[in-house]
Amino acid sequence: MSGAATVSASEANKLVWEGAIPLLIHLHDSEVTTLPPPPPALVLAPRLGYLPLLISQLKPYFSSTLPPGVDTLWFEYKGLPLKWYIPTGVLFDLLCAEPERPWNLTVHFRGYPSNLLLPCEGEDSVKWSFINSLKEAAYVINGNCKNVMNMSQPDQVELWRSVLNGNLESYQRVSSKLKLVTLEDEYTENVNAVPTASQENSGEADAPAQVKSGRIPVRLYVWTVTEDFDDLESAPQIDNWDKVSYINRPVEIHKEDGKYFSLNDAIKTLLPEYFPASSFGNLGDVSPNQRDEGANTCDPDPSSLPLENAEIKLVRIQGIEPCLEIPFSWVVNNLMNPEYFLHICICLRVSEVNAVQ
Amino acid sequence: MNQKESVRNIIPWDGALSSSDFFCAASAFSEKWKRFNPSAPPWLWVPSPKHHLLSSHKEEGYLSLEDMCFIKSSEDQESCRSQTWKEESSISQEEEAVDTATLVQSCFDEVNHYDFHIVYSPSYRVPVLYFRSYHSDGQTLPFDEIEKDLPDYCAKIRLESKWTFITHEEHPYLNRPWYKLHPCGTSEWMKLLFHGDTSLNKNGFVIEHYLVSWFSVIGQVFDLKIPLAMLETVSC
Repeated sequence: MSGAATVSASEANKLVWEGAIPLLIHLHDSEVTTLPPPPPALVLAPRLGYLPLLISQLKPYFSSTLPPGVDTLWFEYKGLPLKWYIPTGVLFDLLCAEPERPWNLTVHFRGYPSNLLLPCEGEDSVKWSFINSLKEAAYVINGNCKNVMNMSQPDQVELWRSVLNGNLESYQRVSSKLKLVTLEDEYTENVNAVPTASQENSGEADAPAQVKSGRIPVRLYVWTVTEDFDDLESAPQIDNWDKVSYINRPVEIHKEDGKYFSLNDAIKTLLPEYFPASSFGNLGDVSPNQRDEGANTCDPDPSSLPLENAEIKLVRIQGIEPCLEIPFSWVVNNLMNPEYFLHICICLRVSEVNAVQ
Repeated sequence: MNQKESVRNIIPWDGALSSSDFFCAASAFSEKWKRFNPSAPPWLWVPSPKHHLLSSHKEEGYLSLEDMCFIKSSEDQESCRSQTWKEESSISQEEEAVDTATLVQSCFDEVNHYDFHIVYSPSYRVPVLYFRSYHSDGQTLPFDEIEKDLPDYCAKIRLESKWTFITHEEHPYLNRPWYKLHPCGTSEWMKLLFHGDTSLNKNGFVIEHYLVSWFSVIGQVFDLKIPLAMLETVSC
């Protein structure tokens, strides 16, 4: 097939798709109606999957002991109700500073905390959330979601099936049709500029020829500490979602030939409040602390200057802690999730004043 | 003129906004709203919640209009369509006694409170409306209850327009389920509202008037009207 690029799976892609978290799932005490209580279920959950999809494996274990009522499945870890639309691997990387294997979770089939968690009606809700994220990613990359909206019904079914079953080959067959190209791999020669659309660069004639730009869908989960910790076991437990700052913001790339953009650079552009403005000029989207004098209709805000230099303590993507100097393009191309988002869990050390309480 | 402005003047406007533009647009909008709509509750800028990493940065945040009350008469739902938006918090201490009596006499049995937040989406580069509704006792309303509050033609707009469908999603800052009007068509119709006229992008005209125009469309879904005088500031 000369038209559609059939990308062969890189070693990293395969490992990511095979990645799984062993879970030891305990039924909550309040829902145990038989003696002896059922033993916990040991389940291998795909990193790229979602917890509610485990219901078919869990139900048989616990159905005989559940009190009467309708099943409304939800999970918690040490008292924290888990957001079901966050991929399982991300939840694990975020909530277990020191990886716990197996990961002990509590499952509930009753008493859904609907004031805290979005409702989940099984596989359909998860699929909807996945497709919605895919559309958002397509919008970030291409400036529109047409390619996702125009997917044929059989393609949609196959895409979702491939995610459900962890079938990388099948996934790549369908997803390549979407033509969602993020970044050229910086290890390969860039002969032709990849037509990654950027709103600001639609006036192509005026932009310098060698600047390649694009927007990369990224979701950051940031938690802060005020003291250094030597080992991860002594890192504070996240017992409340308010302690995690969720930042759903694309990375804007304005790359010049000769320089490469590292993972470290990407993280810093996403957190300009904590890292002094980098040397990368932003033509379109001005990060809040880069202000041109008199440019806007409102006055520059003095409080927009970075208050301190924070220190990146921990960065985790797909369960690994990558060297921060790795080219960002490699990270994106190999470690992103099937909905084309790169999920990054970060621990920052900040001063007391700026800590996420 | 600096680099950013000169670029903006060349490139056809795509209907979208940057994050810092949104902050400016929000200031302009809330100021106009106060001026032209003084009896309504104000739109207030809420910086990122204290617990959020970006709370130290004032430009990170959203516009909030809270406690708009939707009062429904318990009498004949069809004829007594006196569903009105009323700002409960504007009822002063003195008036309260009178209003309670009035409420009792009119058999208003339900006051639904609405909170509206206008939050910037970095992915779509447009504002997004989030909302939730709750009874006076604090209990949240499910969506089918919210639907009953809206006039029929609003439901029609919502269903027929591919651009205004409502989804149940988590608030980007507050870690709670809210409802939102999906943003994916926004930049398209915003472009249309400004007649695709690039020249309007000079001197921040678009930013100044962006949210007024945006709200004139979005507000229709909830029958929230913009005073004509406010709209007239945008026409050119």
